[in-house]
Amino acid sequence: MNQQEALFKYALYLGDNALIMGHRISEWCSKGPMLEEDIALSNLALDYLGQATALLKYAAQTEGKGRTEDDLAYKRPEREFLNNLIVELPNGDFAYTMAKIFFYSSFLKYFYQDLSLSKDETLSAIAQKSLKEIKYHVRHSSDWICRLGDGTDESHSRMQNAISNIWMYTGELFEMNEVDLILVKESIAVDLKKLADNWKNSVAEILHKATLTMPTDNYMQSGGRKGLHTEYLGYILAEMQYLPRAYPNAKW
Amino acid sequence: MNKNDNQGPLWEVFIQSKSGLPYKHAGSLHAMDKEMALQNARDLYTRRNEGTSIWVVLSEQIVASNPNDAEELFDPMNDKIYRHPTFYTMPEGAKHI
Repeated sequence: MNQQEALFKYALYLGDNALIMGHRISEWCSKGPMLEEDIALSNLALDYLGQATALLKYAAQTEGKGRTEDDLAYKRPEREFLNNLIVELPNGDFAYTMAKIFFYSSFLKYFYQDLSLSKDETLSAIAQKSLKEIKYHVRHSSDWICRLGDGTDESHSRMQNAISNIWMYTGELFEMNEVDLILVKESIAVDLKKLADNWKNSVAEILHKATLTMPTDNYMQSGGRKGLHTEYLGYILAEMQYLPRAYPNAKW
Repeated sequence: MNKNDNQGPLWEVFIQSKSGLPYKHAGSLHAMDKEMALQNARDLYTRRNEGTSIWVVLSEQIVASNPNDAEELFDPMNDKIYRHPTFYTMPEGAKHI
């Protein structure tokens, strides 16, 4: 794999993560527990879709085969998606969604901090812009983790269930593959292994404040970046890609 | 709606559009605590770049005048026209007084 191919796959992996995360959160639109939170969740979803647009556009440009960001989002099959498994998990209840957003945005915060120092100017610029959005996601979800963890018996047990169930999808976030190694050497990509301690400490701090128990590392799910997904991704794509596939080049 | 429905108390939101300008009432919202009120205010009332700073205050903490008292509170001002700066000659060329 040469550097250009690696960069294409790297931008694709980041763009897919943002796209699927955003699409999942957008499923809350009109179903939020209260009007205010409904709008808050839609805002988070829109932040992710904005990041996905920028990243997939860059991926398409890097590939140089005349595809657009829409082609990449709407015309690739499941096995070509390179997102982490955690972003495709169903929303579950509100606690489950918040736990997902909390784990993933806490990871992205450290990730974008490092990526903003990348030698690749486009990735660095996208990271700087996205970091501001993600910091808010961390704050919003952390507050909910504490509010629900340290709330009633029911909210505590739902929050603890969510944290424990999603834990096995967090290990994959720090796995490195060939793409990472090629680009880390060029100071373009983030060394994921270096983020793990910071992520764990910040998560532990919030869980402690929320009176929740930090799960112990056990078996970790993996495969997203190889295109091996959970059973859920296919359904997301079916919904997301239906219109552009049924009516190619449809316009507003 | 069941008896467990609880969206929290009502809060009033004030937005400052630019540093130095007064805070203006933007609307209200429900939230459980002040952090949540601030975040909700950000999400509801600054989506289109309306603000640079936000105040939230519990609605019940606001002391309001009673509209029924309007006569005694505000009518006495009607005949005190000398309180308006209408007796000065406008300097030539001043358009925005």
